[in-house]
Amino acid sequence: MRVPILKQGYYLIASIQSALSDEDLLHLRDDLVERVGRYRSRGAIIDVTVLDVMDSFAVRTLRGIAHMIRLRGAQTLIVGIQPEVAFAMVQLGLTLGDVTTALDLEEGLAYLNQQAEASRQHGE
Amino acid sequence: MSSRKKPTDTKPSPESTAALLRELVAHLRQNRTQLREEWARRITESQLLTAMTREEIFAEATSVYDNYVEVLETGSVEALQAYARNLSERIIPRGVETHEVLGIVLLLRDVLARSLFKKYQGDFALLNSVLDAYEPAANRIANTVAVGFVQERERIIRQQQEAIRELSTPVLQVRDRLLILPIIGVIDPQRARQLTEQLLRGIRANRAKVVVVDITGVPSVDATVANHLVQTVDASRLMGANVIVTGLSSEIAQTLVTIGVDLGKINAVGDLQGGIEEAERLLGYTVIMTGDTKEKQA
Repeated sequence: MRVPILKQGYYLIASIQSALSDEDLLHLRDDLVERVGRYRSRGAIIDVTVLDVMDSFAVRTLRGIAHMIRLRGAQTLIVGIQPEVAFAMVQLGLTLGDVTTALDLEEGLAYLNQQAEASRQHGE
Repeated sequence: MSSRKKPTDTKPSPESTAALLRELVAHLRQNRTQLREEWARRITESQLLTAMTREEIFAEATSVYDNYVEVLETGSVEALQAYARNLSERIIPRGVETHEVLGIVLLLRDVLARSLFKKYQGDFALLNSVLDAYEPAANRIANTVAVGFVQERERIIRQQQEAIRELSTPVLQVRDRLLILPIIGVIDPQRARQLTEQLLRGIRANRAKVVVVDITGVPSVDATVANHLVQTVDASRLMGANVIVTGLSSEIAQTLVTIGVDLGKINAVGDLQGGIEEAERLLGYTVIMTGDTKEKQA
């Protein structure tokens, strides 16, 4: 099943609805990286709340997406990692590196707005 | 001599065993007072149950004796199991040890066996069959009481471990979005795991953005514990929370640097106060001293 990508102002929200196969993840990557350019988005949020497992492929793909989106001039946030998933990830040595994370979608949007605010003040 | 050899090879039939047990029970009932006193005397002599008074020992001895006879009579250990559990519950807090409980049951077994020897010493064949009936039942009783006692002890130990664990890892909210996790005592891998889980759950429940982990009360840190700390920090960050570690003593700092743990990712602040101030800064709080107090201080 393809992950729906919603446009919300300057941001894109990829809301994962069910467990994903490797192929779904690659589709998500292609769609998201393409749309960031098409909509001239400033940020993309990937909501993984429903995932109760994250394997190494998923983690690597998410990290890859974040890096690609940065190259397209926007920022990526992973939100909604569950406590059990977080614990399993560190035990397996899977890290998201320098990718920003937030507790949930609300926090993620707040963070992006704050960043936008900061850069606008900086610009003035 | 010849009478001694004959019956040992042939197994007694169940009916005759039952009949013998009945006879046995009658004998034990008849001599209840004397045997019980004998037993209590032997217990005191062997310096068992020193935590209890003579009267208490006698009272318990009476109940155990009656239960014992009842098991021999009915063959059902259920009542004895319940009694053993109840007895253990009462005497464990007073410091009675496993060897004492086992010791008194074996003493009773010995006292009763001796009385049987005395009664049937004229007839070896009969004594043999009586012992055939008595021994398995007596073993089962000793087994039941000992197992009951040990199980009760283990249950209490488990309960206490649980209580200590629950008490030792509180996750507390001090401001909106700010949690503190004071760790006191030795961290073993199991506890470290539980700590991390509790912290992660706390982060989600309180929607925390910053967590201050205070390890002032941790006596020593080795490579395993340090790695657990790093894992906790990583896992919290995956959930969008920043972790500040405080209270690293100079010894711990030296150990960590010597074993070469990668602490690059850990945000460390000297003490808990500094940690909370740093967290407030991250969250955008400013603490202002009100005029009142300022004047008083001046």
